[in-house]
Amino acid sequence: MLEKLTHARVEHAAELYDWDELVREDRVHRLIYTDPAIFALEMTNVFGAVWVYLGHESQIPRNDDYITVRLGLRPIILLRDSEGKIRGLFNRCTHRGTTLCRKDKGSARIFTCPYHGWSFLNTGKLRAVPWPDGYACDFKDAKFNVAQLPRVDSYRGFIFGTLNADAPALLDYLGAITKPIDEWLDRQPKGKIAVCEANRLKYKGNWKLAYDNSGDGYHVVFSHRSLLEMENRQADVANKGMSYYKASPDTAPMYMAYMGHGHHFKDKRPNIQKRAGGLWAVEGPAPGSEHYQHELRRRFGARAEEILDLASSEPVNINVFPNFSLLGNHIQVFEPVSVDETNVTWYGTAVVDEDGVLDGAVDQINALRMRTQEQFPNFGEVDDLANFEEIQRGLACQEDEWVYMHRGLGIPGRVKTDADGIVTAPATDEAFMREYIKEWKRLMQSRPRLVVQREP
Amino acid sequence: MQTVHDPSISSYYVNDRLYRRLVESFADWQKDELAVLRPDERDRFRMLLEREARLLDQLRFDEWLAMYARECIYWVPGTPEGGDPRREIAICFDDRRRMEDRIYRLRTGYAWSQAPKSRTVRMISNVEVFETDSSIARMVRSNFLISEFRVDGTRFLSGWCGHRFVRSAHRWEIEVRQVNLIDCDQNLRNPSIVL
Repeated sequence: MLEKLTHARVEHAAELYDWDELVREDRVHRLIYTDPAIFALEMTNVFGAVWVYLGHESQIPRNDDYITVRLGLRPIILLRDSEGKIRGLFNRCTHRGTTLCRKDKGSARIFTCPYHGWSFLNTGKLRAVPWPDGYACDFKDAKFNVAQLPRVDSYRGFIFGTLNADAPALLDYLGAITKPIDEWLDRQPKGKIAVCEANRLKYKGNWKLAYDNSGDGYHVVFSHRSLLEMENRQADVANKGMSYYKASPDTAPMYMAYMGHGHHFKDKRPNIQKRAGGLWAVEGPAPGSEHYQHELRRRFGARAEEILDLASSEPVNINVFPNFSLLGNHIQVFEPVSVDETNVTWYGTAVVDEDGVLDGAVDQINALRMRTQEQFPNFGEVDDLANFEEIQRGLACQEDEWVYMHRGLGIPGRVKTDADGIVTAPATDEAFMREYIKEWKRLMQSRPRLVVQREP
Repeated sequence: MQTVHDPSISSYYVNDRLYRRLVESFADWQKDELAVLRPDERDRFRMLLEREARLLDQLRFDEWLAMYARECIYWVPGTPEGGDPRREIAICFDDRRRMEDRIYRLRTGYAWSQAPKSRTVRMISNVEVFETDSSIARMVRSNFLISEFRVDGTRFLSGWCGHRFVRSAHRWEIEVRQVNLIDCDQNLRNPSIVL
């Protein structure tokens, strides 16, 4: 990198703000959501420096398969090369900077730049340059091979990447949050899922508004009031969906937990009866609910209940900083576009039954699971996103500077920290926000060593 | 005796058979040799589509729902090819009960994505009617442009619809409506209106 410019920029960024002034114990300054300079710094210090979720292995099942994604703002081709190795290539021709691949997904052994015809193997290695006799250089020089993420790793099918040479191993970065991830996966046969398209949404607001929300148990009955009324409109007992938030959520057995490295976890499972069919009993109505319930109970008797649970939403929010959540049966991905625009993509997941343990019920349970998954993005998420947009509008009031996250702060005995440093608090507490934003603050003041790698 | 289920209350008709027939009837149906040439018949379907557009623009949802068959589907695929709704999630795939849910939610007054409500006008054009293998079913293709104003500006949603109409005793009813947004596989901002 340019020594002088890099040095100047790092110095400048570090001095951009007094970060302790922006991030207080109980509140944060509006600028963390509105300042383009802070956003630009996040693209290196957060989205370059920590393990960022890129995609799921089921999206590139065979050698030569690829999808195009982003790491912060950097366009990335996430692929399985011809040898089966998963790589994250910068989607950028080494000649003039043109993107090499313009499709969302596909299969390719070679990427040929549409602009001047330079072609690259899917390892990133330069394959050929048209009319090479017009060049004096040696094209075997590694600098002409496509730049790629130096570190790409998977945890049980979830692929993450980082540019940070000094980042901890992925497993260490995930740390304690692997336990809920394991539990989320292990309720499916062989602990496997496959991504099956997505509900793709976006909003005009900062990406952190979505991450703030991802563990927020306080907003549920207000932001999602229309959904709760809707899904209980025909219920004898109004217990569908997230109804357990209605009465006194802080005395319910559910809780929030901050798990380190910016990750947090909302565990609503203790609210649900722990029995086969417990989840299905509170799942809101979906197209085909009664038919498939009837059909599966007829075929499987008592065993049908645990199968029906696979079509039901798992009541957890597992949030891996900065851009990945598992909730219900979705993989939710946050993708910053600009300081005030964010993509929120809700990837659907299907059950994979390689060993036939569901005795042929997998197609039926997936047909039902597709419909249960369409509910929340359609009738819940849209209202949250409208509220995030209205926060961004509200934050235009420059003289009213503070955004609060102090619910639960200062109440003796409410927030607990265990020996492993895991912080737990009642479900509506904002302790997870206070904790993750401390980690954000630490990262914003750090000087990560970001590097790319090229094939030799 | 066969139990008769009210599709507003329970969902028995969304089953393997419905999915199979749906996927079949929405594959490869726009064939020149099946195009209906009779102007009066084409006009009849064009008028039905225009009425549907007007009812949606005016938020007259009860009358809109009444245009549909008792067992019906409102489907907005998330992939340009339509995909297979048994194996892929769609932007939405509503049966009658979920269509009623959708309307119920909008009417609660707490659907913040529609408070204030969008104002829309819809243009429908390029209406083409196709015969099917059933004498009481027609497939209709139309292009649409929805202008939507809400809060901070006007935007445009465009695409094409595939309607499957079935003839009941005294009218043509909408059995399936597939709405194909040209940007269906991209991230959409506030997709909360009925398309």
